[in-house]
Amino acid sequence: MNLFAIIGEALRALRLNRLRTGLTMLGMIIGVAAVVLMLSIGQGAQTKINQSIASMGSNLFLVVPGATSSGGLSFGSGSIKTLTISDAQAIAELHSVSATGPVISGTAQLSFSAKNWSTVITGTTPNYFDVGNWEFESGTAFTESDLRSGARVVVLGAITAENLFGTVDPIGKTMRITNRPFLVVGVLTAKGQSLSGRDQDDNVFIPITTSERQITGNQFPGSIRYMLVQGQSAETMDEAENEIIQLLRQRHRISDGMENDFTVRNLTAIANVATGAAKIMSIVLGAIASVSLLVGGIGIMNIMLVSVTERTREIGIRMAIGANRRAILTQFLLEAMMICIMGGLIGVLLGIGGAWLVSEIADMLIVITSGMIGLAFFFASAVGIFFGFYPAQKAASLKPVDALRYE
Amino acid sequence: MYAPQQNNVTQTLIKLDKLCKSYHLDDANGKTMSTQVLFDVALNIQQGEFVAIMGHSGSGKSTLMNILGCLDTPTSGSYWLAERNVAALSNDELAYIRNRHIGFVFQGFNLLKRMTALDNVATPLLYAGINRSNSRQRALEQLQRTGLEKFAMHHPNQLSGGQQQRVAISRALINQPSLLLADEPTGNLDSQTSREIMTLFEQLNQQQGLTIVLVTHEEDIAAYAKRLIRLKDGVVVYDENHNVMNKPSPTQ
Repeated sequence: MNLFAIIGEALRALRLNRLRTGLTMLGMIIGVAAVVLMLSIGQGAQTKINQSIASMGSNLFLVVPGATSSGGLSFGSGSIKTLTISDAQAIAELHSVSATGPVISGTAQLSFSAKNWSTVITGTTPNYFDVGNWEFESGTAFTESDLRSGARVVVLGAITAENLFGTVDPIGKTMRITNRPFLVVGVLTAKGQSLSGRDQDDNVFIPITTSERQITGNQFPGSIRYMLVQGQSAETMDEAENEIIQLLRQRHRISDGMENDFTVRNLTAIANVATGAAKIMSIVLGAIASVSLLVGGIGIMNIMLVSVTERTREIGIRMAIGANRRAILTQFLLEAMMICIMGGLIGVLLGIGGAWLVSEIADMLIVITSGMIGLAFFFASAVGIFFGFYPAQKAASLKPVDALRYE
Repeated sequence: MYAPQQNNVTQTLIKLDKLCKSYHLDDANGKTMSTQVLFDVALNIQQGEFVAIMGHSGSGKSTLMNILGCLDTPTSGSYWLAERNVAALSNDELAYIRNRHIGFVFQGFNLLKRMTALDNVATPLLYAGINRSNSRQRALEQLQRTGLEKFAMHHPNQLSGGQQQRVAISRALINQPSLLLADEPTGNLDSQTSREIMTLFEQLNQQQGLTIVLVTHEEDIAAYAKRLIRLKDGVVVYDENHNVMNKPSPTQ
């Protein structure tokens, strides 16, 4: 019997039982829609995290002054001022390191004409902008000579610039930081939240020397709060970490057996953890959605088994007039698969619609890929074949004489 | 139409030898009960014969019919259909034989309820691999021959019993079988319609040389056949040719 004829027979059987077909299909629709929706939410979260990581800069170390203890009393990381600007300069000389960005920071009041705004002042070096993967909306970074002379120049974060200047172009304007005049030389492009959820765009950057002498002050001159170190490449991160540790131990005269008075953290590793977490979330969401697909599949098997029992006599008649086992098997398998494929199609559309709704209502980033749709569709068909096979097999293995006699 | 048997030399179409059939049933205690239904049945049927098999219920006539129709397989013994040993064939080969060589007519008509008369008649052609439009065309021609073309698009429940049985006969004949098997074909029909159906069988046998095997428990129906076989408790107890023996005239 040719396949088209069997497809026709299967379609006829499905059409004759519209309500049952529809209800069975509903299980498939919900399952596929859930898979598409969950995968797109998971993929969205992953993309969001990847964007945050990319905005952070690549191959980064964070070096902070170490935890120390004195007389049995432990202080937290950064509690003593062991890292200095010259440490940062020395680390920058290492061949596995491309640049460093030492940072001291404090809070200060900013003002421009009638507006004023309080935010974090970051004192750093021009390299910091490269290391931290900052881009300039307008203007440029301050220069090495600004750094040497302790010039009063400032680079504004996007949010700060907007709050203080509004629609005025800040470049070339003079603003005040704790009442000292500063020339605005650059405005940064907005980055959004960091991985830790901090707003990275509400801050101002000035030369570290200027900051130390005039704004934040410094209890221990030359010391820094932390530094960002950019490794030469992703492959040499471990090597760079070792070299930084060796160099700092040497410079800080830490004898063997003594603990480091600093901590080196590989931010790439932290980013990898975050990416991994997002991946796991995607998998968990997908798995939960797959359960509904499974339940839908069991529903199909259920209905097909009932259908085979109900139509035993019909199967017997078909066998008596010449249907072989394969023809019967194909017909029932096709019925199950058609439910799945039609349900899958509707489910994919519903899933895309749902994802769009979620992105509109919850303002979440939703990513739908063709691979995702393909996967959902593939699984729907696989479920159809898997759960449709047993009832179809059962129908095909009936003995003609028994099936004909069935009341 | 099915090919008329042109050779005058009669050929053996059906040859049964020491055919036995027993059923195995598991009773409530898990013991297997064995019931033998047919005992060493030996039978030859020539091409072009019109045979009636008679017997009371439980005589094994339906079981014999199912085996003849390749719906069931014998427990032992051999069944040669057109010189092929059917007992040794696979399920798919049996399906092929049922499709091409055998036409069935049942007591309860056994039409597919959800299909039109036309599609019912066309279905065996679909299983023979013929496409839908050709199948429908041929089915329509077959219905015209039985005078049912007006009812082609009717569903079985819109037809009378006689009309349904004629649709079933059309379906049985569509693949030009060499053997027509009828299991109590008039059991659900009134006597007038029964006579019409039997006359149709008689015509098919006489005009086209179609081999017909009929199972019935009504003497007047059996009288249309040329040869009568009686079964009792699974054994052939009588096998005579009406033409040779004193043939009782068909009761009107």
